[in-house]
Amino acid sequence: MIARLADGVPRKGLWLLAALLLLLTLFPLFASGYLLAIGFLILYFAYVGQAWNVMMGFAGQLSLGHSLYVGLGAYAAAALYVHFGVSPWIGLGAAIGISMLAGAAIGFLAFRFGVAGVYFAILTIAFAEFARIGFDHFAWVRGSSGLFLPVANYTENDLWNLRGSPVMFYYLMLAMTAGAFVLCHALLRSRMGYYWLAIRESPEAAAALGVNVFRYKMYAVVISAAMTSLSGVVFAFYYNNLFPEQIFHISRSIELILGPIIGGIGTLVGPIVGAFLLTGLAEGLRELMLQLGIDVPGVKQVFYGLCLLLVIMFLPDGVWPPLARKLGLHR
Amino acid sequence: MPVEIYLNVAASGLLTGLVYGLMALGLSVIFGVVRVVNFAHGEMMTLAMYLTLLLFSALKLDPLVLLVPIAAVLFVFGYLLQAGLINPFINRPEHSQFMLLVAIGLILVNAQLIAFGPDAQGIRTAYSFDSYQLGPLIVDASKVYAAGAALVVAAALFAFFRFTLRGKSIRACADNYQGALVVGLNVKHLYALTFGIGAACVGAAGAMLMAVTDVTPTIGPSYTLLAFVIVITGGLGSMGGALLGGLLIGLTEALGGVLFTPSAKSMFAFGLLVLVLLFRPQGILGRKTA
Repeated sequence: MIARLADGVPRKGLWLLAALLLLLTLFPLFASGYLLAIGFLILYFAYVGQAWNVMMGFAGQLSLGHSLYVGLGAYAAAALYVHFGVSPWIGLGAAIGISMLAGAAIGFLAFRFGVAGVYFAILTIAFAEFARIGFDHFAWVRGSSGLFLPVANYTENDLWNLRGSPVMFYYLMLAMTAGAFVLCHALLRSRMGYYWLAIRESPEAAAALGVNVFRYKMYAVVISAAMTSLSGVVFAFYYNNLFPEQIFHISRSIELILGPIIGGIGTLVGPIVGAFLLTGLAEGLRELMLQLGIDVPGVKQVFYGLCLLLVIMFLPDGVWPPLARKLGLHR
Repeated sequence: MPVEIYLNVAASGLLTGLVYGLMALGLSVIFGVVRVVNFAHGEMMTLAMYLTLLLFSALKLDPLVLLVPIAAVLFVFGYLLQAGLINPFINRPEHSQFMLLVAIGLILVNAQLIAFGPDAQGIRTAYSFDSYQLGPLIVDASKVYAAGAALVVAAALFAFFRFTLRGKSIRACADNYQGALVVGLNVKHLYALTFGIGAACVGAAGAMLMAVTDVTPTIGPSYTLLAFVIVITGGLGSMGGALLGGLLIGLTEALGGVLFTPSAKSMFAFGLLVLVLLFRPQGILGRKTA
């Protein structure tokens, strides 16, 4: 299985991947707390970007409401932990289940009734906004006043209850990002992956060839939703507080799709490259602003907007495809 | 609760809905012709509202007078946006155009945040607290003026598209892009003109809305969504549909706010959107296309 996964990947690419993985594994040994937090953020965006990419990059369904799945996952696991002390790994089952149901509901409604393209994107936003306002009034999870996880100074890492040091979260996120990369690679090589690409390029042609377009679009939405909700669970236990106004907000949905768009939609490496570029540059900018003594909210987002604008205008396929050609990794 | 309260709330919702309708009309015109979904629509709306705020405090002019210069400024803004940034994207895939406007929206909303700060700001006109009494109904004067102005602007727009040569050639571009090119229309110029007209609608609506409500930079995306909900409900690309959608959403939000809690009112608008997408995806007044 593992040998087959590496089939057809350029040897140079494997070496580069291994080097990157080694570097990221050793990173906490010499990183300060601040750098570690940035490292976590980069891996977080790389992971969520990969999850979003399954829907948009592979199956061609533009979702602008992925914060819905992050939020549902985060709230499901956090509420079970706060109310009943249930381990987040058991809560994860609920989180994934709920997110898959939500994804299936959106997918069913949209694909059954022929809602496509821009209309589909707006439908996903509408559901995320619906959830945001709904959770504001959902008393069991404390509504708009926010849900807080108990915080203490944890001396040892409790992976079962996800209570512990940032280093533990960093390695967890690294494992998830690596796992998502391998999973997406395997998905793309599978029969389903080829069906997705066919649907993305031309739904009519795919249907004419006998691909069950509805079913495979549904699989894409549901898999993407499940993957995204896992990141929500980790998000909740890492930050220990949840507000509907933040976690379900449309700006979060947009933030998490910037990485794969800038890196390269539909590529496996794109979301990772995009997360590195975007988070790295944004934090660099923040540092620069601090040095200059400028403290204005919104600068980071303007920067995000400019990056997005420039990439869309001049590198419509993202940063990775031309970079891969330069490195001689192009198939 | 007495029936009068519901009637009052409904009337007020309908009046605000007309202003929403004008805003959505801009979105609908842009989509109907250029086939681009303006994801920066609400951000342009708050831009117009801030311009109103600045001009009002500088010149002490009535927002209803200010709507003319502000619509003109937004027209130029929209024209340049289409001519400079969006026209090169006409033949790009749909999601690419969409992301371009998401980027523009992101820049606009946060540039406004940097320029004007996060606090809600409003203006007070001489008639801010006036009201009219019609039988059991008591309606705010500023809402009546704003709704009246929205109707006038919408009527002018209808006339422009129906009776002027320029309006007819824009409609020709909308009906048949290739055909318009063949008969020698300058499609790119007409597209930019259309985006400008759509932006001017938003500008006018923003100036009027400033007389009725406060503005914060971060409300922009909510207005974008509201405009989407309205035009999809009424029928994307249909001008009458946008106004009808605005009335419906204004009414839904107002009644939702009274029957439940005001902070949950947008849920009803989204609920309506989902229902329309499922059962009448072309919208109430939209024409069925392929």
